[in-house]
Amino acid sequence: MDKTKFILLGFLVLFGSVSHWLGGMNPYYYDILIGIGINIILAAGLNLVNGYTGQFSLGHAGFMAVGAYLGSALSLSIKLPYPSFPDWSGNLIWWIPKALLVVILLLCDVAVSFHNAVIGVAQHFPGWGQFLVALLYGGVGAAVAGLLVGIPSLRLKGDYLAIVTLGFNEIIKGIIQNAEPFGAQRGLGGQAQYTNFFWTFAFAAVTIYAVLSLVHSTYGRGFLAVRDDEIAAEAMGINTTKYKVLAFVLGAFFAGIAGGLYAHFKQFIHPEGFNFMKSVDVVVMVILGGMGSTAGVCVAAALLTILPEILRTVSRIEALPAWLQGVAENRMILYSLLLIILMLTRPQGLFGVGALKKTKKA
Amino acid sequence: MSAPLLKLDNVTVRFGGLKAVSELSFEIAEGELVGLIGPNGAGKTTVFNLITGVYQPTSGAITFAGKSVVGHRPYKVTARGIARTFQNIRLFSSLSVLDNVRTACNMHLKHGISHALFRGPKFCREEAEIEKTSRELLEIFGLTTECDVSCKSLPYGDQRRLEIVRALATRPKLLLLDEPAAGMNPTEKAELMKLIRFTQEKFGLAVLLVEHDMKVVMGICQRINVLDYGKKIAEGTPAEIRSNPEVIQAYLGS
Repeated sequence: MDKTKFILLGFLVLFGSVSHWLGGMNPYYYDILIGIGINIILAAGLNLVNGYTGQFSLGHAGFMAVGAYLGSALSLSIKLPYPSFPDWSGNLIWWIPKALLVVILLLCDVAVSFHNAVIGVAQHFPGWGQFLVALLYGGVGAAVAGLLVGIPSLRLKGDYLAIVTLGFNEIIKGIIQNAEPFGAQRGLGGQAQYTNFFWTFAFAAVTIYAVLSLVHSTYGRGFLAVRDDEIAAEAMGINTTKYKVLAFVLGAFFAGIAGGLYAHFKQFIHPEGFNFMKSVDVVVMVILGGMGSTAGVCVAAALLTILPEILRTVSRIEALPAWLQGVAENRMILYSLLLIILMLTRPQGLFGVGALKKTKKA
Repeated sequence: MSAPLLKLDNVTVRFGGLKAVSELSFEIAEGELVGLIGPNGAGKTTVFNLITGVYQPTSGAITFAGKSVVGHRPYKVTARGIARTFQNIRLFSSLSVLDNVRTACNMHLKHGISHALFRGPKFCREEAEIEKTSRELLEIFGLTTECDVSCKSLPYGDQRRLEIVRALATRPKLLLLDEPAAGMNPTEKAELMKLIRFTQEKFGLAVLLVEHDMKVVMGICQRINVLDYGKKIAEGTPAEIRSNPEVIQAYLGS
């Protein structure tokens, strides 16, 4: 029997018991702690795409936004309006573009109907159940978005894929900024604070378990094969497109879960919170941790969440000389400097590919 | 004679103005060891890429076991039973020796992604089976001692052999070897010849061999096709090829 499942179970029990004990924690530290958990989910998910499968996605925050907004929509019972169809009066010339528009609107109509039906059902299950359904709904929504973006764009490689995914991130942001039911530019608030230590780290553990058990199976070794040599992978009977899309969809799913957790912790989400910089943050965690090393990526996620906060604290210690405080005050510059130094001294990341080679057993 | 395993019929491929392969026809019967030789740039590797679906022929037909393979992606061609090695070694460099072979078993998996996630008994059984067959294959080729090391750390000759093992793990009916003896010394070449003949007999394979080393080709091939500038200039047994004036001219110039 495989023992990884029991390790996962052990962690879940551990997090459950620790969670009660953390009740009276300093809210500032608690905030950082949850932030670490959410970033671990994001980075471990993206590691599947950028690290193990070797595709460069730069739109992870977009999937997080989909998860955050759809999850919030579910827990706040936000129903969406049905699209209005064009009228067929007027010049015949416009009928062809109108017909094309109708096809798109019909698809939107189906999606909205589905969404409203889910909301309608979820209304009957308030409380924790609704929270979990909200997370799942956000995750699945993000996965569907990942599928829609992935199928056409994963034909591209390297920089081109990065640009397309970056564009997707901006499009999602743009849609939300103009979506009145989601609060548009005002942001969306009022979610109940369901996210706690247990749920965040339970999902982090599940994400890590899923990623690791995939890449340590014959099935999942296809991801690594695609990264190492796409042509050879094809010649060995591996459907490279399928694997790339699969990695993308799974990464998006976990990003959606992370978004849902984030929304139900901060109790307020804003489109600017899911901008390009957030995507870059996650990519930096993956690169710094060492592409394709889950342990390294988790450490990097924790480190990069704590680091800006440490610098913030240093800048406020009065006992320090003024010049040192001044240096620490420019913490974002210092943060970038640290990243540059780390990349120069350890280009393979904190844990590098070395962690990958040691893994033998399924 | 029974129907051929692989049949190329008037295959032509153009890259812009260049005819890389023109009106090429040849057949390989089941279990036959056929050589494909020609001077540099004659189009031998292009022929491989055509058979495995990396390139699509501009015209002509390629049939494998009675069915056309034209228009299929390489992984589907491999699933039909054509495996290949590469002229410049293309192993999965971050994987161990064993994992390289296991990865090639991927397409024979009966379980899906959900099984890999939940790790049920069916998954464990199949993983154990794959590990066993992979280790057996490695043992045949004498690579067992290095199972768990990175494939990059293998000596050059072993990397070439590992490529053959990996190709065999896909359980092919036809094996395409692209210059397997390149960069080997005479002793290694002699061993390789033995190995190719051994695998062909043991697994009942048909083999198409591209090779520059005449000693290797003449030594093991039952039939040889000679390409020059994308055209077939000769076909026959090693003895016939050796005395064919056109072949001599292509190789030595007039």
